[in-house]
Amino acid sequence: MSENSENRKEVLTRRKDALQMRASVIRAIRDFFTNHDYLEVETPHRIPVPAPEAHIDATASGNWFLHTSPELCMKRMLAAGYHRIFQICRCFRHEERGCLHLPEFTLLEWYRKDIDYREMMEECEDMIISVARYLGRGEVITYQGRQIDLQRSWERISVREVFERYSSMSPEEALKDDLFDEIMVRDIEPHLGWGKPTFLYDYPVSLGAMAKTKKDDPTVAERFEIYIGSLELANAFSELTDVNEQRQRFAREQQCRRSLGKTVYPAPEKFLDALDYMPESAGAALGVDRLVMIFANTPAIDDVVAFTPEEL
Amino acid sequence: MYNASDLKKGLKIQIDGEPYVVIAFSFAKPGKGQALYRCKLRNMINGSQFDRTFRSADTFQPANLREKKMQYLYPEEGKYCFMDVESYEQVFLTAEQVEDARNFLIDNLEVEILFFEDRPLGITLPNFVELTVVKADPWVKGDTVSGKSKPVTLETGYLIQAPPFIGEGEKIRVDTRTGEYMTRVKD
Repeated sequence: MSENSENRKEVLTRRKDALQMRASVIRAIRDFFTNHDYLEVETPHRIPVPAPEAHIDATASGNWFLHTSPELCMKRMLAAGYHRIFQICRCFRHEERGCLHLPEFTLLEWYRKDIDYREMMEECEDMIISVARYLGRGEVITYQGRQIDLQRSWERISVREVFERYSSMSPEEALKDDLFDEIMVRDIEPHLGWGKPTFLYDYPVSLGAMAKTKKDDPTVAERFEIYIGSLELANAFSELTDVNEQRQRFAREQQCRRSLGKTVYPAPEKFLDALDYMPESAGAALGVDRLVMIFANTPAIDDVVAFTPEEL
Repeated sequence: MYNASDLKKGLKIQIDGEPYVVIAFSFAKPGKGQALYRCKLRNMINGSQFDRTFRSADTFQPANLREKKMQYLYPEEGKYCFMDVESYEQVFLTAEQVEDARNFLIDNLEVEILFFEDRPLGITLPNFVELTVVKADPWVKGDTVSGKSKPVTLETGYLIQAPPFIGEGEKIRVDTRTGEYMTRVKD
């Protein structure tokens, strides 16, 4: 064997514990949703058009695209009467690569009728606690040398509050100067989800293309993200069911893509048609690789997959 | 032309007419947000460092760098003079630019000089150079107790660990990448 093939074998061997952990995490997720009367579904990876979101780029596959998430198809099922569904699948996002990103990654996505984002937060707590229990972990886990207590209730803090706490700008000012993402990554995220997991909620409405506007504050969307150990783990929201509003949101995202010189994806018409029948509901998408990173106590996504694209 | 997705540690790019090397890099993308390419950059002319975050639409010119084979001539007032053997053109590098390479610079040594446009920035030595030992304690034959190596001084003033049998006036081969003794050279 050459030195290189020895090294490649060593890397795979070193990942064995994490890959066993990964399999257990996925089994635990399936158990949780099955026990909560969810139907496991599979929707196509290859789709004619992805959702037109400003900053999520799809990988082309012939004349179609690899899905960036199963959102559009799953919501069509939700609208057709599948009221509790979940899916664990590979998703593809063009040129996303870093120590927390792989261009092909595993997403857990689920939808439930008759709940809003607040109730979805509670379901997220239950689900992650039940995964920890399945793994035989106690209520307090250690990630990167610091303790995180998974017991309910987790910290809940609004986007406005974190900007007040960690930045000299308000979310509106940051958006206006195109600094929102930078401040989030540099000044805010490193503080989130230590001690207890954090729900960061009520995002500016322009940052939730498919999220419902909050009733008593139309400037924000009923959207949240979960942070554990400063890792952004999941995104969730109360689903926007107003088709006209959804059309306008997509038009804004398309305009944004156009101004950035990106491919402009056409509006997904069959999804928009289905919105007419969509019940009040909430949905969430969780990065399975990152959840494994937490339990495997590693800062690098490469450590929890068998192969990175560079290793193929 | 480079795109933001080409950024990685070691990439050399040009910003506002000056060459920079990426010395640390991380990719970030907050939920639903834009891709951020966070770099720590070092100015290759003055050594200053700063953090800068690029976006996916950003593009960069590669730094206009080239290496040229030159011969080391002599030191002068804390600077080091090198000559192009074909054009006889001479350039000077400062002590900071030469760094540890000064330990191995002997007259007429052929080296690679790195240029940004017409400006010399740094030096790459051959991997191995042969240097004369100017100072060494004598070898006491049969002395196997006092250790495997002893310090000797080379003609450049560099102090190096060498085997006990190396004496004054001898030539040794040194690995310039590690600064370590390789072997004795017999004329």
